[in-house]
Amino acid sequence: MSMAISQLFSVRRELKPKTRLLVMIFSFLLPLLVWSLVSYVPFIWHPKMEVTNPGSVEYFTKGMLVDRDVFESELQNTVKQGKPQPEGIRANPVYLPAPHQVAIAFYTAFTTEPKLRSEKWLHESLWDSIQVIFWGFLISSLVGVPLGILCGTYDFFSKLFEPFVEFFRYLPAPAFGALAVAILGIYSAPKIAIIFIGTFFQQVLIVSNTTRKLDPSLLEAALTLGAKRTTLLFRVVVPGIITNLYKDLRVLLGWAWTYLIVAELIGASSGITWFITQQARYKNFDNVYAAIMMIGILGLSIDIILAWLGRRLFPWEREMAKS
Amino acid sequence: MTKIELPSYLEQTEDVKDRFQRLKARPVILEIDGLHKDFESRQGHVTALKNINFEVHRREFVCVIGPSGCGKSTLIRILAGLENKTSGKVLLDGKDVSEPGPDRGMVFQGYTLFPWLTVKRNVMFGLEARGQGKFSSEEEARQWIDLVGLSKFEDSYPHQLSGGMKQRVAIARALANQPRILLMDEPFGALDAQTRAKMQSYLMGIWQNIDITILFITHDLDEAIYLADRILVLKAHPGEVQEVIEVPVPQPRSPDQMLSPEFLATKKRLEDLIHPPEEEVSDDHMNLVRMVPVTDDVSSVF
Ligand SMILES: Nc1ncnc2c1ncn2[C@@H]1O[C@H](COP(=O)(O)OP(=O)(O)OP(=O)(O)O)[C@@H](O)[C@H]1O
Ligand SMILES: [Mg+2]
Repeated sequence: MSMAISQLFSVRRELKPKTRLLVMIFSFLLPLLVWSLVSYVPFIWHPKMEVTNPGSVEYFTKGMLVDRDVFESELQNTVKQGKPQPEGIRANPVYLPAPHQVAIAFYTAFTTEPKLRSEKWLHESLWDSIQVIFWGFLISSLVGVPLGILCGTYDFFSKLFEPFVEFFRYLPAPAFGALAVAILGIYSAPKIAIIFIGTFFQQVLIVSNTTRKLDPSLLEAALTLGAKRTTLLFRVVVPGIITNLYKDLRVLLGWAWTYLIVAELIGASSGITWFITQQARYKNFDNVYAAIMMIGILGLSIDIILAWLGRRLFPWEREMAKS
Repeated sequence: MTKIELPSYLEQTEDVKDRFQRLKARPVILEIDGLHKDFESRQGHVTALKNINFEVHRREFVCVIGPSGCGKSTLIRILAGLENKTSGKVLLDGKDVSEPGPDRGMVFQGYTLFPWLTVKRNVMFGLEARGQGKFSSEEEARQWIDLVGLSKFEDSYPHQLSGGMKQRVAIARALANQPRILLMDEPFGALDAQTRAKMQSYLMGIWQNIDITILFITHDLDEAIYLADRILVLKAHPGEVQEVIEVPVPQPRSPDQMLSPEFLATKKRLEDLIHPPEEEVSDDHMNLVRMVPVTDDVSSVF
């Protein structure tokens, strides 16, 4: 027993493959378990009463959620007055739907028609969002990565660009929303611009930093082997940082998703986060959770795919990390 | 204890004397003339090298030795063109050296193989950087890898190799450019004693079989004597040439010679030069406060 425990908690040692998988599955099961307990076991939380029979209380209606103490005092009143008593069951607030409700919503969110003709189906919203992220991140990377590498390689470019970039990154991207709409119109363009502004400036600084961390002795080795400037840049600097660069981009892509919510609120509202705002307004919280989870699942899947792709692309990296 | 009587390290047998005469008659490949190097840093001004004069002849094996911080690395980095000199001249084949170039190969103490390239691609790097086609580079790289005995590993990545193997690849990579001179800065410093000895014989073998001049930095006295024709002894603060020793141990060398009188005599001389007996700095001793009480069970180690 103590053996097993010391194995589970040995400092900076990898777990055995089987244990590791179990623990990783548990990482999802644990929150689900907590959620289920809170949802299905009445005495843990359930601060409301769902009215099943209003009895003689005038303002109660069937299916209404009231605070427990309110229900209690109304009940006492009716008892005192000898009128028909209201009946109810303990319930959670509307903003905490149970797992099965969310699971159903996960399915129905795709199948229910939008309330208004101008609104989009969920899958259309999702696809809009993916496109906004994709283009924002792509454009940012196309400029930001080369610029970052240049800044990390040549002090000249570092001093030329980095002070301004450093300044600009403190300007909150959402603040540019109105401006972006004024300049770029109301459709996808200003949204892409927000993702761009949110990503680009961090990206330049992070990439230049990663570039600077390249072991200088590799550059010296290349120089003594007769490498000239361009060779140095393209055959040493770029491949030398590519694995870390790839990791940076994965992290940055995660950040890009957080700017999505701002991006989708400006101009013509659209996308998955708009869907969430809208559903929250209608108090369809099961749909809200379903959509939030969809973003989570999408983000995680993309990251897993990228990680897998990284192992394919950079075969020298895999064991290096281990050894 | 009887003290062993050693000959003078200056005594050379006829054969050895002959060989040095022939060696010095060879053309000079590297000439260092009045070389100075100052570092200006925030802490102040450091003279790393002061008035270094030295000549290396073709196919000579020269070792540079000296206490830590005496400027050995600085010297070799200037020769490689990785560091600017403050004044003086460095001529390779009569031409001034001011920037790195493929005519001077370098092997560093740390591992500097490109981790993203296989062994073969590492060795091809210099050839391709100089515009040689892929096909012929590959052919040549294979031969160099074969020379250092790593044919089986040509498609491995550096992280899959042991320390000694990595340095062999680094040597092959430097040699593939067919440099005029091979500069080595404590290349075996990180290796264990056994691997180091093996690497030394490898290097001797390579040196004997191809047309290459070697300048080799080490702080290991045995290594210097075992490998070198001549040893350049530097002293620290500022880094100056203290003596140039002609190693009286006959060539070709073998590890058995490490106990020969001339070997030991040379070692004694180097020890005197590098760790002068009288110069025991007073503030540099251990503080022998008893951290752990000695029990009476074992009160003395003698
Ligand atoms: N870039 C630098 N800036 C300032 N001082 C330097 C620099 N590089 C080296 N020095 C100084 O020059 C002197 C020689 O350094 P160097 O590295 O050449 O010594 P070394 O003989 O190779 O030492 P070691 O045996 O420890 O490798 C040292 O006093 C060091 O502090
Ligand atoms: Mg050094």
